[in-house]
Amino acid sequence: MINKKVNSVEQALEGIQDSMTIMLGGFGLCGIPENSIAELVRKNVKDLTCISNNAGVDDFGLGLLLHKKQIKKMISSYVGENAEFERQMLSGELEVELTPQGTLAEKCRAAQAGIPAFYTPAGYGTEVAEGKEVKVFNGKPHILEYAFEADFSIVKAWKGDEAGNLIFKGTARNFNPCMCGAAKITIAEVEELVPAGELDPNQIHIPGIFVQRIFQGEKYEKRIEQKTVRKRE
Amino acid sequence: MALDKIGIAKRIAKELKDGYFVNLGIGIPTLVANYIPEGINVEFQSENGVLGMGPFPYEGEEDADLINAGKQTITTLKGASFFDSAMSFGMIRGKHVDLTILGAMEVAENGDIANWKIPGKMVKGMGGAMDLVASAENIIVAMMHVNKAGESKILKKCTLPLTGVKCVKKVVTELAVLEVTDQGFKLLERAPGVSVEDIVKATEAELIIEGDIPEMQF
Repeated sequence: MINKKVNSVEQALEGIQDSMTIMLGGFGLCGIPENSIAELVRKNVKDLTCISNNAGVDDFGLGLLLHKKQIKKMISSYVGENAEFERQMLSGELEVELTPQGTLAEKCRAAQAGIPAFYTPAGYGTEVAEGKEVKVFNGKPHILEYAFEADFSIVKAWKGDEAGNLIFKGTARNFNPCMCGAAKITIAEVEELVPAGELDPNQIHIPGIFVQRIFQGEKYEKRIEQKTVRKRE
Repeated sequence: MALDKIGIAKRIAKELKDGYFVNLGIGIPTLVANYIPEGINVEFQSENGVLGMGPFPYEGEEDADLINAGKQTITTLKGASFFDSAMSFGMIRGKHVDLTILGAMEVAENGDIANWKIPGKMVKGMGGAMDLVASAENIIVAMMHVNKAGESKILKKCTLPLTGVKCVKKVVTELAVLEVTDQGFKLLERAPGVSVEDIVKATEAELIIEGDIPEMQF
């Protein structure tokens, strides 16, 4: 067993510097690497390019980095929940590359899987296709999209073991598996870190080969963005 | 009388067929899940990674790790499954999802749709909408016929940045059901008490009107 365990979030995030490109898992506030984001704020690294489906809310998730103006560029599919984000974008302080969600996921997966580029129908005939190569397959136009190139990928899983194997829970899975192994170094934070051998190999979602560093997050707030409930009959 | 949002959702629910896998967008489309016709089985896909989505949880039973694409807390039904975002959009682009219902700011008579951006004003992003409209075989749009200023959102040509081209098949508004044909919008049904003239007046695009136009049935 190759041990991937590190003892602290500080150790896990060692080597992250100004101007780097970082992938962060999560959909909305669901499945985000909370502890690592807090450490990025503390480290105060600047001019980051962040690849993440959303940009958090004003006072949580990536919103915390935006608030301190640590992000130079965001690559996301939907940023509607964050007023500070919209302000920085419309004023030109923040560079934004809006990418269709499926394309965003595939650009991660392609990077993970050693596929440099791929064609997708998503975005054809829209602003997203501007300047991109178009090719027709079976009578339908597709646009050429490239795999991401990132320095670090930071994901959050439910359970993990010292070998870096990961299991996700519910819809907190989202972009996290696609981002594992999609950057030069992948950091996984987990709610529960167990010794190798305790997780059933049949149940592993992401094999440890895609993860270089793993640690157990100190605490998880797991904030709910839109609490919606129904009345008991 | 023009329909409210629930009326639009109820009318769209009639388009659901037994065995359909359905993706519901945010807003009016989400309401469709409440009006599934009796005797048919459909399964809802949410692009953040769940198939077999159930109703909202009871108070106190919400789970931060279980949400839909609108970031609302949800539950799952028997037979549900979770998957990552790449597989979710594989399901969508691979045409395994039978029906997509989504909202729009504008729809044009050639089936173009705009629903993600108002230049200089609002940029929320396209989310999964561009992937959905580029691939789905059957797309129904749930929207209001006119904007708050009374201007038609059913147009000859979209004025806002597009989400997808030539993809919408059907539009259900508070006034009418329209089908997108090779010749343009065809008026299929009227909302109860709404006249053909009312609909024509509220529509910038030309309408193909053949014979008597029936009222919507619920």
